[in-house]
Amino acid sequence: MSWFEKLIPSRIRTDGKRSKHTVPEGVWSKCPVCQAVLYSQELERHLNVCPKCNHHLRIGARKRLKGFLDSKPIEEIGANLSPIDPLKFRDSKKYKDRLAQGLKKSGEKEALLMMKGQVFGLPLVAGAFEFKFMGGSMGSVVGERFVRGANVAIENNIPLVCFSASGGARMQEALISLMQMAKTSAVLNRLNQHGLPFISVLTDPTMGGVSASFAMLGDINIAEPNALIGFAGPRVIEQTVRETLPEGFQRSEFLLKHGAIDMIVDRRQMRKKIVSLLTMLTHQPSKFVKRLDHTAKK
Amino acid sequence: MNLNFLDFEQPIAELEAKIDELRYVDGDNEINISDEISRLQNKCEELTQKIFSNLSAWQISQLSRHPLRPYLLDYIDFIFTDFEELHGDRAFADDLAMVGGIARLKGKPVMVIGHQKGRDTKDKIQRNFGMPRPEGYRKALRLMEMAERFKIPILTFIDTPGAYPGVDAEERGQSEAIARNLYVMAGLKTPIVCTIIGEGGSGGALGIGVGDRICMLEYSTYSVISPEGCASILWKKAEKASDAAAAMKMTSKHLKELNLIDIIVPEPLGGAHQNVKDTADTLSSVLYENLEQLKQQPIDKLVQARYQKFMGFGKFDEVS
Repeated sequence: MSWFEKLIPSRIRTDGKRSKHTVPEGVWSKCPVCQAVLYSQELERHLNVCPKCNHHLRIGARKRLKGFLDSKPIEEIGANLSPIDPLKFRDSKKYKDRLAQGLKKSGEKEALLMMKGQVFGLPLVAGAFEFKFMGGSMGSVVGERFVRGANVAIENNIPLVCFSASGGARMQEALISLMQMAKTSAVLNRLNQHGLPFISVLTDPTMGGVSASFAMLGDINIAEPNALIGFAGPRVIEQTVRETLPEGFQRSEFLLKHGAIDMIVDRRQMRKKIVSLLTMLTHQPSKFVKRLDHTAKK
Repeated sequence: MNLNFLDFEQPIAELEAKIDELRYVDGDNEINISDEISRLQNKCEELTQKIFSNLSAWQISQLSRHPLRPYLLDYIDFIFTDFEELHGDRAFADDLAMVGGIARLKGKPVMVIGHQKGRDTKDKIQRNFGMPRPEGYRKALRLMEMAERFKIPILTFIDTPGAYPGVDAEERGQSEAIARNLYVMAGLKTPIVCTIIGEGGSGGALGIGVGDRICMLEYSTYSVISPEGCASILWKKAEKASDAAAAMKMTSKHLKELNLIDIIVPEPLGGAHQNVKDTADTLSSVLYENLEQLKQQPIDKLVQARYQKFMGFGKFDEVS
């Protein structure tokens, strides 16, 4: 309390607690980078990108796919799969409780959603990670849904796109979760044998077991601006090398400079960019520019 | 207290020291104390048996990184002949934490690839404590692809705390290097047998761990994260490492029960470090037998079976 506030008699002193709740919850959001106060609806219209400073805030999986895919047709893949606790894992909390908590926090049963749909009329399978569900960690259901999504792509002869946001493998499933790295990478091998492209979109954050498996295996790797992407977490690296890490380390721009990704794309341009790339990779006419007719006679 | 022994091994170490002392006395004096020696030897064996019949996951985790535990290069001379080490990833450097080369197993050529830790301080630093950088995984990949070209089976040996978490490793794409290996190994048209000989640490282990058969030495471990790492993240206390080791089911026995590995290779009484040659002999027969079995299968079927094996990993509920 400042000296000035102390002068005010306690009777009329406002502790700040009472006055804060005059605005209803959720109408306004604050950009964590530029601190701009934003109207939530406007933020949503911008797909959770701050219209003032272009900072890409995290976005839920369902919202992400809704913004990415055409409104229909949409078919969810693997929605009937739900997690179990095969090891009866218990740390400071039970795994079962953590799963329930994840559901409550995110509204999703697991950390990955896969959907078959279209973007500008181009059919494809798209997946997105739900970071609010146990930090987007990869366990059995995430691995299986990814594989089923890839298999739907193969059956329908259409491309695969996945937006990752994950802390890595899910420790509560121990070695089973590590094996999901091999499983998801193996299915991409099969996808490629069928001549189908996979575009991996790395969003904030993509670390550990997810980055060290399918997320780095895109025929084209795209990152959103300023996303944290890497194998080991910055804290672990700092402890190992015992020096402070340079500014921008493991951020999208760093990965682009070091050759790990093809491009950085603004979330609001993602639909167009991905469709443009996929139509070229699959020898289809452009969705945006009328094809020049070279064979036309003058 | 002998620093080369773990705390639960100390009683064994003390008895062994006593036996050695008596042997020395025996040589100098006329008094025959060989009876006493053999009595102590029996006692020592019984004690070892007793201690080793009931090891906790945490104790096994300590054994898997025992200071005297044999590393890949300790086994190579016992298991193979004509080992020719091959170096470098052809792009950046030669990573000494990853060893690779061509050799003969009972006369037949194989590609040998594995992590290598160091024994003394200088060696440890040179080998980066068995933690490869991207160039290590890329060297492994180069050798595996070469093996496929020449129809030579691949044997990998896993013994690492994990892939190196450093600035340079991130710059050169540690994630991509590991991911690429998983991707390629899933489809390599040659038999692959992977063996965890010590510490199977996370993605750094899996990076050379996709194969037709996964073997584990009895007292080795394989896990998604080290027990210390798991404890500090989930319990927020590194001292809970022993609880984490148990919870993660990281021992060969548990992993076999979970069908995540195929074969447990038994170790001599007291662990691999008590008798490197015996361990190597057992391992050698297991590797040979399995390779012979795998070679019988048509290669497309083999690759298909490997693919299905990894697709089968995962436990979940499915409502139809």
